Amino acid sequence: MLMEYVWAFLIGGLLCAIGQVMIDLTRLTPARILTSYVVAGVILGGLGWYQPIVDLAGGGATVPLTGFGNLLAKGVREAVDQNGILGAFMGGFTNAAVGLAAAVFFGLLAALIFKSGSKINET
Amino acid sequence: MNISNQEYSELAKRISPPSAMYKTIPMAFVIGGGICVIGEALMNLYQYMGVGIDQAGMWTSMTLIFLSALLTGLKLYDRIAQHAGAGTLVPITGFANSVVSPALDFKSEGFVLGLGAKMFVIAGPVIVYGISASIIYGIIYYISTLF
Amino acid sequence: MAICEGKTLKFSNASILTFASVVGKTEGDGPHGDEFDEVIEDNKGDSDTWEQAEAMLQKKALTHAMDKAGLFPADMDLIFAGDLLNQCTGSSYGLKDFYIPFLGIYGACSTFAEGLLLSAAMVNAGYVDNATAVTSSHFSSAERQYRFPLNYGGVRPPTAQWTATAAGAAIVTSAQKPPYIRAATAGKIQDMGIKDQNNMGAAMAGAAYDTITRHFKHMGTHPETYDAVITGDLGQVGSDMLYELMLRDGIGLKRYHKDCGLMIYDRENQDVHAGGSGCGCSASMMCAHFLKKVQSGEMKRILYVATGALMSPTMVQQGGSIPGIAHAVEICNS
Repeated sequence: MLMEYVWAFLIGGLLCAIGQVMIDLTRLTPARILTSYVVAGVILGGLGWYQPIVDLAGGGATVPLTGFGNLLAKGVREAVDQNGILGAFMGGFTNAAVGLAAAVFFGLLAALIFKSGSKINET
Repeated sequence: MNISNQEYSELAKRISPPSAMYKTIPMAFVIGGGICVIGEALMNLYQYMGVGIDQAGMWTSMTLIFLSALLTGLKLYDRIAQHAGAGTLVPITGFANSVVSPALDFKSEGFVLGLGAKMFVIAGPVIVYGISASIIYGIIYYISTLF
Repeated sequence: MAICEGKTLKFSNASILTFASVVGKTEGDGPHGDEFDEVIEDNKGDSDTWEQAEAMLQKKALTHAMDKAGLFPADMDLIFAGDLLNQCTGSSYGLKDFYIPFLGIYGACSTFAEGLLLSAAMVNAGYVDNATAVTSSHFSSAERQYRFPLNYGGVRPPTAQWTATAAGAAIVTSAQKPPYIRAATAGKIQDMGIKDQNNMGAAMAGAAYDTITRHFKHMGTHPETYDAVITGDLGQVGSDMLYELMLRDGIGLKRYHKDCGLMIYDRENQDVHAGGSGCGCSASMMCAHFLKKVQSGEMKRILYVATGALMSPTMVQQGGSIPGIAHAVEICNS
């Protein structure tokens, strides 16, 4: 039980630290980091290399965006098994549906309720 | 100017301070790892409540996205991100922040052309390339199942 | 690369009558916070949007400057104004209600020096009795236009600069009392091939070096001639690069150099990375700090070199580099 949290922390932290190294050394913009993480997740998931990490680290592997990519790959694989080639075009959005819909809807709600604010500069 | 652009860019590189990686990387590690631990705890909570593992994962994503939207609206997410760097960028909460923040910001240009149109101004490429990569993988996988 | 030497304009009959500055909260909390004429505590006042807030800064800065001189809009002959926003909306919307003849200018963060140069030239030539330079910048409107949404948790590298929420206005008339504008050198566009839009200081240092060198040469002056050589917003990186570039010519600038971008914030305690930037940064620091010192005689002669990074997000995305520019204005007590 405890070890599962330790692994989640270590693997999740490691994935974020890799992102930070990429930012610090290459000056990649955030949007590029996000995009490369998702695409990397699709590739690793497709190769079947990501699932072992998920089995080990749980949230440590599913919460970072590579996990989102893995989810897309998994959805496509299942959909292709059921529907053939058409599944390649179905599975991604099927598995991403909750995440995307939640982001859109909560984004809209937040925008309706809150005002954009200045970063008041504090330490 | 008595300096070539080549020399000048070397001078710029020499003088520009590098990121304080001894600080940024541990911060990204700890905060990013912390968000993942929260994800893991939510996952266990939903499973304890009797939700299947796949659905528990979806509930977890939704909860994290909700929390990120709330913190973004309260102007706290970017403040945490100032210290966390990639620690708040790489988790799904960072994706949610990249959707919610333009929605908030561009509300001033109207609900349709502002909020609605600009919502995916940062996260758009994530979906374009993520979905496209998954389709390519799906086609390759389909071909591989034929043999 | 030096093709044209350009000219240094010399003025015999131009002085700054009054000047005023308005800033936001972060600047008000900075080391010179009590020198500004007005601090907008919430950075927004009664404006609905950040763009309107920036327009308000210009309006307030001009109003303060006119009040100090006891002038009314009907007395004003000409305004040169600019800011960082597309179509210079901060200026056009901020100043539209005054009905004063208006010439919009753009020189990125160098705009205030450009405005002073043009105002002094117009007054000295006798075309107008007074001409006013006004510029502004606002952190939130600049962030929205050039970078990311305000509440986006993007990462700022240590070379990035913080756009100042600030505006400055200076009314130039024929020589009555100090500070006098004695000379000015218009900058050339210098593209040093810098592509990192988070390193504006590096993009501008070359232009500052070129303009300062030409100004010294034409005037026969050295750093020691001045109480201070004040650059606009080179920040830490740009300032250090400028010293190195000057040292290659055997000129030690560091002792006489001040940078408004480094002065406006407390960089130890305010998370602004390489320093402040923006049209309003050097405008507000000049109007709140340096012009007062020259007026009182505490400083006799200063060289104000406002630097601008002529950055276009579109060009940068297309792989282009960021050209820099710097204009020099020499201001004296006698």
